[in-house]
Amino acid sequence: MTKDHGGDVRLSGISKTYGSFTAVHPLDLTVPEGSFFALLGASGCGKTTTLRMIAGLEEPSSGTVSLGEQDVTRLPPHKRPVNTVFQSYALFPHLDIFENVAFGLRRRGIRSVKKQVDEMLELVQLGEQARKKPHQLSGGQQQRVALARALINRPKVLLLDEPLGALDLKLRRQMQWELGRIQTEVGITFVHVTHDQEEAMTMADTVAVMNAGRVEQLGSPLDLYENPRTTFVANFLGTSNLIEAEVDSKSGGDIVLKAGDGKLVLPEARCSAPATAGGRVLVGVRPEKISLTHADDAGDVPVGRNRITGKITATSFTGVSTQYAVDSSVCPEFVVYVQNIDRDPRLVPGADAVLHWSPAHTFGLDAAQDIDAGVETVEEEAAV
Amino acid sequence: MALLRWTKRHLVVLAGLLTLGYLLLPNVVVTVFSFNAPKGRFNYEWQTFSTDAWTDPCGVAGLCRSLSLSLQLAAWATLGATVLGTMIAFALVRYRFRARGAVNSLIFLPMAMPEVVMAASLLTLFLNLGAQLGFWTILIAHIMFCLSFVVVAVKARVMSMDPRLEEAARDLYAGPVQTFVRVTLPLAAPGIAAGALLAFALSFDDFIITNFTAGSTVTFPMFVWGSAQRGTPVQINVIGTAMFVVAVLFVLAGMIVGNRRKRQKP
Repeated sequence: MTKDHGGDVRLSGISKTYGSFTAVHPLDLTVPEGSFFALLGASGCGKTTTLRMIAGLEEPSSGTVSLGEQDVTRLPPHKRPVNTVFQSYALFPHLDIFENVAFGLRRRGIRSVKKQVDEMLELVQLGEQARKKPHQLSGGQQQRVALARALINRPKVLLLDEPLGALDLKLRRQMQWELGRIQTEVGITFVHVTHDQEEAMTMADTVAVMNAGRVEQLGSPLDLYENPRTTFVANFLGTSNLIEAEVDSKSGGDIVLKAGDGKLVLPEARCSAPATAGGRVLVGVRPEKISLTHADDAGDVPVGRNRITGKITATSFTGVSTQYAVDSSVCPEFVVYVQNIDRDPRLVPGADAVLHWSPAHTFGLDAAQDIDAGVETVEEEAAV
Repeated sequence: MALLRWTKRHLVVLAGLLTLGYLLLPNVVVTVFSFNAPKGRFNYEWQTFSTDAWTDPCGVAGLCRSLSLSLQLAAWATLGATVLGTMIAFALVRYRFRARGAVNSLIFLPMAMPEVVMAASLLTLFLNLGAQLGFWTILIAHIMFCLSFVVVAVKARVMSMDPRLEEAARDLYAGPVQTFVRVTLPLAAPGIAAGALLAFALSFDDFIITNFTAGSTVTFPMFVWGSAQRGTPVQINVIGTAMFVVAVLFVLAGMIVGNRRKRQKP
C-alpha cells in the first residue's frame, strides 16, 4: 500500500477520566500502518473509550492522538480521516441503504457517487438491497451496510466497535473471516474492539489486552497465549492452570521450584517475575500441554517432565478432546484437555492420575497478583 | 339466545361503533345545520334546506376578519412555540445542567394550571407592564401555553432517538450543522410535527386566555361566543364544517402517503 493510505496510529499518554472515575489510565499505544489490531477486554475495561478517542467522539483528558505525522487530538470527528463501524451499526433509519452508504461521500461534496456506492454494495454483496430501508434487512446485512458505509470513504483507519457482537455464532464466524479478507484486500489499518478472545486471536495480527483502563499486555495472539505475563492475560485468553510455588534454586537457565511435595522446573526465560531463592512465583501451564497417565503406570512417565499427582473429579467428552478436572494438593481444580487418540478407559472420576508436561511449556508469573484475575469476567461475558 | 351470542361475539365492534358515533355526532349536527335556513336569528331548529350560507360564508359582518386573525395567530403561535419548544426539549434530553430537574417540572405548570387563573394572571401582568392589549399580547399568551405541549411531544421523540446516529453522522464527515439538518431534524420530525399540530389546534380554538388578553381584538372563538348572545349565524356552522373537512382531508392524505410508502417497499 502507498503512503497516502496510512501512517501509524499513535496514542501518547492518552487518558480519560469522568469526574473521579478513570476509564482509561495514561497509555501509550502504536498501531502500525496496515495492521489488524485488536483491543481485547471485558466490558468496562476502557477499550471502547480508547476507540472513541481515536475517532474524536471522546476528548482525552490528557495525551495526544496522532495519525501518521498529524496530531489530530483537537480535530472534531468530521475532520478526521477515520471511520467507525458502531456496535449497534447506527444506520440512519430515515435513509435507504444506498443513501446510508453514500452519506460520507456526499458530506465531502462528492457529486457522482453512484458508481462508487454500487461497487461498495457489490463488495459486501448487497447490490439488490440498495433501495431498502435498514430495518428491512437482517442483522448480518445491516452489519455489512455499516461496514460498507465506513469503508467507502477509504479512511486511514477503520475503527470497529464490537461489530459482530449482535450476530449469532455461525454468522459471526463467517463475518470474522469476511472482515479478515476485506482488510487484506483494502489494506486499511483496522482497530477492532472486542470482548471475545477467540475473535481477537483469530482475526488480529496484534492484540492489546486491556483490564481496568490499562493495557495488560500487547503482542501477537501466539505470543499472548504462550507467554502471558499477568494472571489476567493467562486466565482471560483461554484457560490456565496456576500453581503457587516457592523458588528453590536456579541451575543452567532453569528455575527449580517447590510446589507441595514435588518439584517443578521452569525455564528462566519464561518467567516474567523476579525469581530469588525463597521467593514465590505462580507457575502456569495450559490444559492442552498436559498429559494424563493413570497412577498405576506412573513409572512410565519420562524423566525430566514436570509432574503432579491428583484424583480425577470430573470428565467431559467434547468430541475433539476430553476435558478432565483433577484435584491435586497444589491446585484444587487442574484442567486437562486430552486429544481423543488413545483413551485410557481407567481415567474416570475417582481414579488417581499423574499429570505431566514438558518444562518448556511452563510459564512463571508474579505471585503478588490475584490468581483468579480475568476468570470471572469471562463467565460474566458469556452470560450476557 | 342467538341474539345474546351474536352480541357477545360482536361486543368490541359494537362498543367501537357507539363510541365513534358519540364522538362524531356533534360534527354531524354542525354539518347538517350549516345547510339550514333558520327563521329568526337563532340556528337551533331545523327549517328548510338551503346553501345560502355556503355560497356567502363571509356574509356576516366581522366573521371572516376574526377567522383570518385566528388563523394568523395560530400560525405564528405554532411557529414560535414549535421552535422554542423543540429547543427546550433537546436541551432537557441531551444536556445535563443545573436546575434541569426544576425546568423539567416547571414546563408542565401551564398545562396543570386552571386556564382561567392563568388568563387572569396574564391580564394583570400585561396591565402592569402597560402593554397595549391586542394581537401581540394574544400571541405572547398563546406561545406560552402551547410551549408545554410541544416540549412534551418533542421530548418523547428525542428520548427515543439513538445518540449514536448523530455520532455516526459526525464520524462520516458531517459538521455540526449538517448533522443537525441531515440526521437530527429528520429523526425528530414526527415529534416536532405532532407538537406543531397540537399547538395549532390549541391556539386556534382558545377562548378563555384570548378573551382576557385581547382587549378590543376579536378572534374567531370570541366572535362565535359574542354572536351566540345575540343570535347564531349559519356561517359559523359553515366555517366549523369546513375546518372539519380540511382536517379529515389532511388525515386521509397522510394515510394514503403512508400506505403507498409501505407498499413500495415490501
